[in-house]
Amino acid sequence: MGNPVAIIGIGQTEHGKRMDVAYPELVREAVVRVYEDAGLEPDDIEGIVSGTMPSMMEGVALTHFYLADAMASKGKTILKTETCGSTGMSLAHTAYYWVSSGIADLVMAVGHEKMNEGDSQATMTTVGDPFYQRYFISGAPGVFSMQSQMWSVRYGLAEEKIRDAAAFISLTHHDSAFDNPYAHIKKRLTAEEIKTARIITYPVRLWDVCPNSDGACAVIFASQKMVKKLGIKKAAWVKGVGFSGEEQFFGDSDKAVWQSAVLAVRQAYSQAGIKNPLKELDVAEVYNPFTFQEMMFYECFGFCELGEAPDMVLRGSFTRNGDLPCDPSGGTLCTNPIGATGLIRTAEAALQVMGKAGDHQIPGAKLALSHAMGGIDQFNGIMIVGSEL
Amino acid sequence: MAKEFRTLKTSVNLPYELAYGPIWTRFFDGLLNKKILGTKCPKCDRILVPARSFCPRCFVDTPEWVEISHEGALTAWCLTNYRYYGQPVEPPSISALIRLDGANVDFLHLIGGFDLGDFELVRRKVKNGMRVKAVWNEERKAQIFDIKYFEPV
Repeated sequence: MGNPVAIIGIGQTEHGKRMDVAYPELVREAVVRVYEDAGLEPDDIEGIVSGTMPSMMEGVALTHFYLADAMASKGKTILKTETCGSTGMSLAHTAYYWVSSGIADLVMAVGHEKMNEGDSQATMTTVGDPFYQRYFISGAPGVFSMQSQMWSVRYGLAEEKIRDAAAFISLTHHDSAFDNPYAHIKKRLTAEEIKTARIITYPVRLWDVCPNSDGACAVIFASQKMVKKLGIKKAAWVKGVGFSGEEQFFGDSDKAVWQSAVLAVRQAYSQAGIKNPLKELDVAEVYNPFTFQEMMFYECFGFCELGEAPDMVLRGSFTRNGDLPCDPSGGTLCTNPIGATGLIRTAEAALQVMGKAGDHQIPGAKLALSHAMGGIDQFNGIMIVGSEL
Repeated sequence: MAKEFRTLKTSVNLPYELAYGPIWTRFFDGLLNKKILGTKCPKCDRILVPARSFCPRCFVDTPEWVEISHEGALTAWCLTNYRYYGQPVEPPSISALIRLDGANVDFLHLIGGFDLGDFELVRRKVKNGMRVKAVWNEERKAQIFDIKYFEPV
């Protein structure tokens, strides 16, 4: 670990279909809010890191130039970080490294996406190379469905049990979204509706998959010196980060126990000194665009044994009253402006440990994990934040 | 009701000409001749398919060519019931990872050759570990669709 770094400000837009604003206006909405939250002015910030999923989601390349004014970046160092679905987490990491290195005291990370302005699935298909993989990955859901299917067979999990557990996850997250003022999809569902919804990519049905959202999230990272200087009382300190990648070819590594997820979390736990995550973590914001995949992450992150997640889910272990509440914000499943999504996970984790999560606050949360994944089953990133230095 | 604002309809269409390089050229020339070619890593001994010029794990050149079986076992599958813009594959389709006999990695392609219309029938038929074999297109163009799909043996 480098020098200590804290999150001292968070700004989110209301996420959803936001055709009421142009893309720069949407981003500015989050940026204005982060400055209000931190009690800072744009002049206070030394550097900005910005990112989307693939830039061409909105038909404009190098969006950090298009959005430069919306991020008040004139005269500042600006970077772009892009790692597909894990972009938001990589933004948090970039800002963290920047401050932790001692080069800057205040850096703003901004994740943003306007998925409703283009064809999101067509854009994601272009992530696959056109020689071998593009035609078979089925946008985002295809590869992740194959992964879940591989996992369920590997551990001999009964299809009905997984289906029930996935429906449980979908129902509880959609309920939680009502308590998150920024969440996109707010819908009361029944398990039956979820289990019989239209198939998208089997076993994924309509309510097992995240929406296309427009939204932005901005987070300000500060050095210990700056936290002290500004007299900030409520901060979320970065306790551990981890990131791991895999080969370009989807078939090159085993995805049933996702190694990049295991390695990324191991690195973060080691930095944070976490031995028993289920016991030590108070809340987790797992990147969960697919209900089935969320269960795999519980296992990869050591919240339970391999193959045990569906039983634990059905016992309520990961609900807001459970042993380790996961995604009390409703998670990616209910809100997915992709370039922002990973950063929203970190922002939500930070809100929890600062006691500022409002109606979806987990009482007394002190240590929280945030996560994002991306690529053709290729990248996983983790950031753990705590209420104490 | 929120006020409706104007929208701009636009598009980006860009032509590309991507280089195959010598290794992928040889792989796709192989498909043209109904051969599936891989390369073997001299360090970890894994046989990689499609063929690579280097091993992504050991980062050493993989100069040894190996002809791979047209048959293998299903590792994972997913039925897609969604039409993707600009994609040649019509729904419903089944994307699959296939461990071709003799290879050490999974090959990504389609499985087919049977009725995909009734999902319950598909689910009963398609099982991980089932044997599949390549079905070749009559007209081959040195591209990935020279293999039409893999069908159950």
